[in-house]
Amino acid sequence: MATATAPTAHTSEYQPQDGLLLEVEDLHVEFHTRYGVAKAINGVNFSVRQGECLAILGESGSGKSVTAQAIMGILDMPPAKIPQGSVKYCGHDLLTMPEDRRRKTRGPEISMIFQDALSSLNPTFPVGWQIAEMFREHRGMNKSDAYAQAVRLMERVSIPAAKQRVKAYPHQFSGGMRQRIMIAMAISLDPAVLIADEPTTALDVTVQAQIMSLLQELQQERHMGLILITHDLGVVADVADRIAVMYAGRIVEQADVRDIYAKPAHPYTKGLLDSIPRLDLKGQELSAIGGLPPNLMHIPPGCAFNPRCTMAQDICRRDRPELVEVGPHRKAACHFSEEVLNA
Amino acid sequence: MTKYIVRRLLQMIPVIIGSTFLIFAMVFALPGNPLAGKCGERPCPPAFVEKFRADHNLDDPLPIRYVKYLGDLAHGNFGTTFQGLNVLDELQKRYLITVKLAVIALLFEAIIGVLAGVLAGIRKGKFIDNLVLVSTLVVISIPTFVIGSLAQTIFGVKLGWFPVTTPSKPGWYDLLLPGLVLGSLSLAYAARLTRTNLAENLRADYVRTAVAKGLSRPRVIGVHTLRNSLIPVVTFLGADFGGLLGGAIITERIFNIRGVGGYIFQSINSRDGTAVVGAVTMLVIVYLFMNLLVDILYGVLDPRISHD
Repeated sequence: MATATAPTAHTSEYQPQDGLLLEVEDLHVEFHTRYGVAKAINGVNFSVRQGECLAILGESGSGKSVTAQAIMGILDMPPAKIPQGSVKYCGHDLLTMPEDRRRKTRGPEISMIFQDALSSLNPTFPVGWQIAEMFREHRGMNKSDAYAQAVRLMERVSIPAAKQRVKAYPHQFSGGMRQRIMIAMAISLDPAVLIADEPTTALDVTVQAQIMSLLQELQQERHMGLILITHDLGVVADVADRIAVMYAGRIVEQADVRDIYAKPAHPYTKGLLDSIPRLDLKGQELSAIGGLPPNLMHIPPGCAFNPRCTMAQDICRRDRPELVEVGPHRKAACHFSEEVLNA
Repeated sequence: MTKYIVRRLLQMIPVIIGSTFLIFAMVFALPGNPLAGKCGERPCPPAFVEKFRADHNLDDPLPIRYVKYLGDLAHGNFGTTFQGLNVLDELQKRYLITVKLAVIALLFEAIIGVLAGVLAGIRKGKFIDNLVLVSTLVVISIPTFVIGSLAQTIFGVKLGWFPVTTPSKPGWYDLLLPGLVLGSLSLAYAARLTRTNLAENLRADYVRTAVAKGLSRPRVIGVHTLRNSLIPVVTFLGADFGGLLGGAIITERIFNIRGVGGYIFQSINSRDGTAVVGAVTMLVIVYLFMNLLVDILYGVLDPRISHD
């Protein structure tokens, strides 16, 4: 039996091929509401390898969280529907897998951390119980062994006096400590892929940094594939290896983190980077992207970003740009990515 | 916790004194002469009237009578009725029956009501949900005396499954049908309360977490969702049980049960103040203790509520 803390090699039916853990191909998700169909994700492709951190970046409503939930299989269906696409984990398509088999991947293979740890932890059970539940349900461990594992994990995520606090309830912890508990629970069965959906958004800035460095540390220690979903460019820079920028349910740019910060290839990415406050531009007006993200029930024809884009031409309103190679290891979906790159 | 309980117990004292005084004053303010018809067709002899009035303190002013009554109560003496029967003995006899009836009603509400609510809640908008909603609406809309009489006619008289009326010392089975009738209204409320809470909690973030933990659906619902959803239901059932222990006048009348409800009803009719006040005092105390129990239970079920 694999122990919780030792970063042992994965001993399961799922073996990554050449380090490739997760492949998302042409994923579509739509929400059927009484007002119409909202197309939340419109053909997303990416992959995650062992030990790699992919950041998915985007505004609210860009589809980043829905992507995560579709991978995890926790979308409410209905109203959500996945009309096409596949999510392959070690070559096995999670979307066509029998539900019972897929359920058993949640926790030991793929795991997730949510934004608001207070509402995401069950208020009526002690935190240790909630961590121990992973071992009891997935590994059939007895109560005292599972509690011992819970204490060990709580110690691993640096919760002071873990032994005493294992029986405490979520509301008795601070926000940062609660998020640590959430992390302890998510990594408890040593998953190969960890999805962190805005893990630091609900926390204050000093705690944000601690949580991010904890995540990074755990990812490197366990050689996990980490999908970091965020709208915070500052959080991404230190942790991520690659970045996928999402807009209106599509990836508009994908590149290594250094390349993207040095030279964005999409006007939207450029707009995002320009809107970060910078010390050397102190006193100047902060630039912002004008307009609002599109209504997902009426995504504009052509490039979805064209109504807000300063470079938009006729072709942008007519033809939707595909995500194509624009350089080594980088892709962008813009008719004018060359111009943006060379600007 | 102990501190909390002691404080709550102390708070009961003014409530008991206040409520008994109100009932005492109201009962004795009722018009009517307890001696009317006492001695048949003719007026009672003056000596008897005098002794009767003295025995029951009828000539004292209200506050003094009340204080005398409280003094007796403090010694465990609930007084005697105008018929000369000991109120405490009468209450004990009848209370056992009322408790049995209340327990049947509560079990019925808790088991069937919660079950129906859970089924409806997890299949919201589906056939079973609509079935529960419509049938509970029917139960809520029909008055108890209609349901009671119907049940008595169908299951007692026509089908003969249950006794039509209850004997003076009823067993559990004799009280089953009346218990079901008595619990039917609260069952409907309990089912709807469970359904709404469950359906709402199923969308909660921590339920999504439970799914993401790879737990089976029965465990996600049965362990993670149900516990939170049942907190208000338990509170409702507890308060309802307190009410049920106060007797059920209509149900008792229909099935001829000699419970507390009927006793109070009779005593009010015969202007038997001592009996009314004695019975109601006990009901107030029972109700207060049930409330305390519910509040303590609430703290046990929901760790966020602290009684310190």
